[in-house]
Amino acid sequence: MPEGTLCNKKPVDTAEGITTLLADQSGKKYYEEMKRLEIDSDLLWKTIQNTCKTRIRTWLEICAHCGMCADSCFLYLANDRDPKQVPAYKIQSTLGEIIRKKGKVDNAFMLHAMEVAWAQCTCCNRCGTYCPHGIDTGIMFGYLRGLCYQQGFVPWEMKIGAGMHRVYNAQMDITGEDYIETFEWMVEENEEEYPGLTVPVDVEDADIMYTVNAREAKHYPEDLAEAAILFHIAGENWTVPSKGWELTSLAMFAGDWAACKMQVESVYDAMERLRPKRMIGTECGHAHRATVVEGPYWAGRKSGRPPVESIHYIEWLAEALRTGKLKIDPAKRIKEPVTLQDSCNYVRNHGLRETAREIISYIVEPGYFIDMSPNKEHNFCCGGGGGFNGIGYFRKQRNVGLKVKRDQIIATGAKLVIAPCHNCWDAIRDLEEEFDIGIRWSFLKPLIVKMLIIPDHLKPEEEGEDE
Amino acid sequence: MHAVLTGPLFYGSLGVCIIGMIVRFYQYFNGLSWQLDRVAYKEYPVMGFKGAVRSIYKWLIPYGTYGWRTQPVMAAAFFGFHIGVVFVPLFLIGHNVFLQEKLGFSLFTISNPVADGLTWMAIGSLLFLILRRLVLPEVRIMTDKKDWGVLFLSLAPLVTGLLARYQIGDYSLWLNAHILSGELVLLAIPFTKLSHVFLFFASRAQLGMDFGIKRGGLKGTKMTW
Repeated sequence: MPEGTLCNKKPVDTAEGITTLLADQSGKKYYEEMKRLEIDSDLLWKTIQNTCKTRIRTWLEICAHCGMCADSCFLYLANDRDPKQVPAYKIQSTLGEIIRKKGKVDNAFMLHAMEVAWAQCTCCNRCGTYCPHGIDTGIMFGYLRGLCYQQGFVPWEMKIGAGMHRVYNAQMDITGEDYIETFEWMVEENEEEYPGLTVPVDVEDADIMYTVNAREAKHYPEDLAEAAILFHIAGENWTVPSKGWELTSLAMFAGDWAACKMQVESVYDAMERLRPKRMIGTECGHAHRATVVEGPYWAGRKSGRPPVESIHYIEWLAEALRTGKLKIDPAKRIKEPVTLQDSCNYVRNHGLRETAREIISYIVEPGYFIDMSPNKEHNFCCGGGGGFNGIGYFRKQRNVGLKVKRDQIIATGAKLVIAPCHNCWDAIRDLEEEFDIGIRWSFLKPLIVKMLIIPDHLKPEEEGEDE
Repeated sequence: MHAVLTGPLFYGSLGVCIIGMIVRFYQYFNGLSWQLDRVAYKEYPVMGFKGAVRSIYKWLIPYGTYGWRTQPVMAAAFFGFHIGVVFVPLFLIGHNVFLQEKLGFSLFTISNPVADGLTWMAIGSLLFLILRRLVLPEVRIMTDKKDWGVLFLSLAPLVTGLLARYQIGDYSLWLNAHILSGELVLLAIPFTKLSHVFLFFASRAQLGMDFGIKRGGLKGTKMTW
């Protein structure tokens, strides 16, 4: 059977299509159909000829097969040093083989390539920093994912996720109205405690345009409230767009480059429409990478930058603490062993290695912060990056992959792990569930909201009168 | 035989190597694409250049990077071999006398005892790299015929050079074998994995530009290699 009804080469771009896919529980039929999916070798080879240029070809050619990348890969370490988990082996035996065979590969090969591309690499890019030749296997896996996606060999959740972006401009089925309604509801819930708390929607020429991860609206609405509270206390002139509010990109994880472009353009359109001074994105790693680091290239922006200066939430927080816009009550600082998870997507891949540590210096009592080893740009992936967390089909492999992060955390002796990234946050939650090591995990927003000194004029009236 | 090896074959192999290198270098940089690679190379030439230089020199320093430091024994063998195979061919007195005669110029030279030491160091290191390839599962799994071909091709001029140097057996046989194997290396450079002799600089420069521009460089963060 060349094309399945659920598993095929066509992207999903209708709400009905998404509903149909979602109705196939865990993608059971989808993966069954995948086993019979044919490969369009001509299209595959033509795509490679058009898009695989000297950078990747040279990487594949000059790889000395020296194995120095082995120890850099957390999946190699987590899988008891299985030689099949050496980054160079993984890419040579998949992308390398497709190119050597000029696209003439069969179904079994593509099924294997899909597993390697999504369950044996999280595109954390750590190996790229350990290769003497500067070969970044993570980049090549991102490229391989695009080829797999084109041929229909993509994990069920990733196909749905990319489809969501195509239909809703968000990773979940949330419309702009749903989003704004949720935000307004959360603000209402908190306005008694924080008089004057609002969510300014579509305000032009604001200082800040704030963008989020759709699942904050769907599953963690308190995150929206916390963002509003922190901007409110800091006295920021901020706004949220009713269109182009989603920072994330499951399309990037899926390798659906056309959807990546559509998604970031919706955010860039909001920037151009509202003309904010800056865009600030929520505490998410891949979302920052998608919209701020990679997005400009998908959108064809030669400058490599979004239309307005765009920063990660931790950059704004560090700045607000540094300038005194937000003040921490020293008595409420964290006084237990605490560590920090560096997100690959904005630390290794966007240079923000000191920013979260600056925040730590304000919110943790001296002596209680213990860094993981290795850390900063050499930190290991949380274990669930690149979409790995979300793929049920590869859950077993993901849980094995969590072991490296588990051991890193145990070695610090920390009881609390600060994880300013949705993927890292999920992975650490799941590793606690899986291995029960007795830790808690948190984003920065809820921690900081609890330790703020609220200026008198922003306090609820009764409290203000008492003092 | 000797006349052919030191005449047309010498000029031919050197020419192929140099022209091949130039062509491949040109092809490499010409094939970089800001949009496909997702690096705005031309927009930030200074940042890109700084990133490229940093990415190259850090890796040229023994134990200068996290990568080298995490694998100290491999690093010793790597540098032992590469220092030998770069310094001896270029700076051996005998080679420079030959260069002067054939091309009319010569380079800085090192004394023969130093060259001997470097050659032995290179051979010892290469034997270790061969052993490593045989023993370590993470290296063995990827090793193919081409890897062995390149290893033995690199070993040949070193061994034949030493045999000629110590005049073991038939000197002229070893000398000719040495010249021939050296020329084979020159011929192979542009067409095999030995292209890393120069493409190492291209590839490292590219990743350096990536970090120097996109992945933190514009934020003012210098990648700690």
